[in-house]
Amino acid sequence: MPNKETLLEWYRQMTLIRQFEEKCHALYWDKRITGVYMHLYSGHEAIGVGAVAALREDDHAITSYRDHGIALARGIDPKPLMAEMMGKKTGISGGKGGSMHLASREHNFWGGYAIVAGHLPLAAGIALESRYNDKDAVVLCLLGDGASNNGYFHEALNMSAIWDLPVIWLIENNGYGMGTAVHRVSGQPELHKKAVAYGMKDLGCVDGQQVLEVYEAVSEAVAYARERGPVMLEAVTYRYSGHGVSDRQYNTRLEDELRDWLENKDPNKLFCQYLQSKYKGIDEQLHQLDLAMHALVEEAVEYAESQPAPTYDDLFTNVYA
Amino acid sequence: MTVMTLIDAIREAMDEELERDPRVFITGEDVGERGGVFRATQGLHEKYGDTRIVDSPLAELSIVAIGIGAALTDLRPICEIQFADFIHPAFNQIVNEAARFYYRSNGQWHVPLVIRSPYGGGIGGGLYHSQSVEAFFAHVPGLKIVVPSTPYDAKGLLKSAVRDPNPVLFFEPKKGYRAIKGEVPDDDYTIPIGPARIAREGRDLSVFAYGMMAHYTMMAAEKVAREDGIDAEVIDLRTLLPIDKAAILASVKKTGKALIVHEDNLTMGYGAEIAAVLSDEGFEYLDGPVKRYAAPDVPGVPFSHPMQEYFMPNPDKIADAIRDLAAY
Repeated sequence: MPNKETLLEWYRQMTLIRQFEEKCHALYWDKRITGVYMHLYSGHEAIGVGAVAALREDDHAITSYRDHGIALARGIDPKPLMAEMMGKKTGISGGKGGSMHLASREHNFWGGYAIVAGHLPLAAGIALESRYNDKDAVVLCLLGDGASNNGYFHEALNMSAIWDLPVIWLIENNGYGMGTAVHRVSGQPELHKKAVAYGMKDLGCVDGQQVLEVYEAVSEAVAYARERGPVMLEAVTYRYSGHGVSDRQYNTRLEDELRDWLENKDPNKLFCQYLQSKYKGIDEQLHQLDLAMHALVEEAVEYAESQPAPTYDDLFTNVYA
Repeated sequence: MTVMTLIDAIREAMDEELERDPRVFITGEDVGERGGVFRATQGLHEKYGDTRIVDSPLAELSIVAIGIGAALTDLRPICEIQFADFIHPAFNQIVNEAARFYYRSNGQWHVPLVIRSPYGGGIGGGLYHSQSVEAFFAHVPGLKIVVPSTPYDAKGLLKSAVRDPNPVLFFEPKKGYRAIKGEVPDDDYTIPIGPARIAREGRDLSVFAYGMMAHYTMMAAEKVAREDGIDAEVIDLRTLLPIDKAAILASVKKTGKALIVHEDNLTMGYGAEIAAVLSDEGFEYLDGPVKRYAAPDVPGVPFSHPMQEYFMPNPDKIADAIRDLAAY
């Protein structure tokens, strides 16, 4: 069981992600973040924080375009992340990547990827190096429910299985691939069961709103991957914005669904309640963390807005190594 | 010097690079015990074992993607796509990931990856074992494309490709695998990716070609020299991306006329770019129209032997194209 300090760190991260995402949302509609496509992690916080907490520093994380939360959980400073949102020269990817393509080599965060499921075989390739050089580092590959219907998914799973690659395939099932419900497009709506077809360890399904449950399940998955090989795990969650922020998908039916998740299954609220019941009198400490994360995000925005735009010459850097 | 075939030179290059650098490994369909469909990796599995000569599933996009992932970790993968015709499932990974990774990560990661693939027709392979695919990829900044025509170039360029920090597509003219022989030095050497090679010096006109067509163009140039007294300069481009503009312009500055030959079909083929370079930057040098001799615009190389022969450029047809331009 993680100690109080660790739990508070998770609370800090989950709060930071929520604050960061809500700020991004506001800045987007304010046109202070430009570009069209941005995919928020609000609602998924317990998965990103719980899963990344189960990794060592030398383990790897790679994810889809819904990548802000993973970048933050991996410990990347919000300042260069926010600068990237705004396309600044000092953004984490020099302004070339934007929201969907955050990455930091020093954090072993291999990035977000805009092509659905395109990063899965890359994750297998990264894991191959671990086997090749007799290391015991593992790769946490987060993917959405939609990715599990794509050809990349099947090839990557098969390859990881035949070569015993240390990958944790963690499906963040938020119920919708863009606007289409999972059961309408997946012959096997219990997505984790797809592992069975490749003779892969299936660790089943976990409540993606409970950070402790995610942490425990991913820890078990990491241990298995380190020792044995690939493993699949599904975490059920819900996203609070549309697929992307420009996607105003919520009709009346979905509004009811959204309200239910927000009121009854919000990961941050649930974790806050858990901490309040476990540690009497912690409220003030949590409040201080809320304020600190608010300030951190505001600082990141201030920093990002003060940063220079890329120059014309920057267009031509890093084409060939 | 040892005389060897194109395929032997390619195998030797890989063998020496595997020996030199423990980070180098090969993956692809049947590359292991089988030694590859064209025997490019014959004997390597025996010598280097399962970890470094890795039989892959029949899954081209993932062969490439696994290679990209491994290259990001600083391994040096050589991925074999059994036929260039089968590379299309991997198009996304090559264009969207390999070519862009260095750029999108603002220099944090680079992709030292080689994708080897036999291309080209004239072997009776039909529509799906005969294609030339270089033009699809030549449009993509961030990639390098190499197409050798001699054993000497193939070995030296493949070794450079393995040592290059960028993704390199290495297309091998499979019709020449055993048909083309040449001298190869016994000691370690490399040939830089980029520069074209003057394969034959000449005064009357310049012919630009690569791969099997460079080989055929040399035969055609000797033929027209013998039969018609035409002195053609032959430039073997060797590297298609980046394009060696300086060599192209220098040759046409000397001869005043340009013919481009490729076995890929004509429209939007690689020759169009050379013609555009000459139009943009070599207009003053030209004494005649820039001509292209390429395969006809049909959807594939047909199976029937006579139809294949209609489709394929060959030394006689290239000789005729040289004569036509020389007469202008």
